[in-house]
Amino acid sequence: MKVVIMGCGRVGAELAGMLDSHGHRVVIMDTDAYSLRKLPASFGGSAIVGSGLAGEDLKKADIEEADVFVSATRGDNRNAMACQIAKHIYHVPRVVTRIYDPMREEMYHSLGIESVSPTRVVAELLKEKAEG
Amino acid sequence: MYIVVVGGGQVGYRLAKILLSDGHEVLILEEDPDRCEKLTEELGSVVYRGDGCEVVTLESVGTGRADLFVAVANRDEVNLAACQVAKHRFDVPRTIARITDPANEAVFQILGVDVTVCSTQVILSHIEQELPSHPVIPLLKLKSGSLEVVEVKIPAGSRVVGKKLGDFPMPKGSAVLLVIGKDKGPQIPTKDTVIEAEDEVVAVTNSENEEPIRAILMGK
Repeated sequence: MKVVIMGCGRVGAELAGMLDSHGHRVVIMDTDAYSLRKLPASFGGSAIVGSGLAGEDLKKADIEEADVFVSATRGDNRNAMACQIAKHIYHVPRVVTRIYDPMREEMYHSLGIESVSPTRVVAELLKEKAEG
Repeated sequence: MYIVVVGGGQVGYRLAKILLSDGHEVLILEEDPDRCEKLTEELGSVVYRGDGCEVVTLESVGTGRADLFVAVANRDEVNLAACQVAKHRFDVPRTIARITDPANEAVFQILGVDVTVCSTQVILSHIEQELPSHPVIPLLKLKSGSLEVVEVKIPAGSRVVGKKLGDFPMPKGSAVLLVIGKDKGPQIPTKDTVIEAEDEVVAVTNSENEEPIRAILMGK
């Protein structure tokens, strides 16, 4: 499977490493070259400097060949826009993102974007711990 | 009309001021507290501090009854997110987004924003009107005399396409040195060299003859 990941923060870098070690073809992109250092030493995919909101950068990442696009930057708005570009302009079959605002998550879901809301997930985990 | 404006920068402020004086009900959403205070001083209590992309915020300002939703923050992705929440969660009939990257115009339209306004594109189109779209590109100025080496890319609609170089004489003191074909590569031209669209023609000329050369090689 060919996966394009936008955002090489802790989550993006970790995910890229995991998918790569599972034998997937991974391209990870970040606007900041320094972030790409977070990738594990064993990472065998490609890492490029570029924005998931810019057509020419997405083409460099071979978005047209991708089976999955994952957006994991810190900004909900950036994630949502990048995913919609991947889905509607480049017709990537599956797009997944992180959305912090749980109330917006449902809306994006109805627009065909799969998302994970760390806010809700973490809050629930913390609640379980707190209640013992 | 009830109009919600996201972004209280210069554009949001001017827009709100005019809309208010036209008698509309206006609400500005702005995140920065200092800016909110300033806007309130200027415009009265029509400013709400909050994130215009957040469902909760939009709910508390009654976006559901808005006739028009205008997103003029300075980031394209913010304006897209705000318009989409207004449209899909609150069924606002008309959304307008300001964008800065002309490439986003098509994206926003596909994603359901009703109107996009791109100041970059507006300025560009004014510039393009004044400049020939395929200019004569100066490559090199020769030290002695006023001669220079220029390059011209032959547009598809040019009348020289398909014709021999010998069929259209160059102005006096000018000569074609090289024709670089898209597929054929560079070739030293003779009067029988056939010019094709997208060919790059390198010529030596003086500055007075630049315009005549442009007219010969690029004219329709």
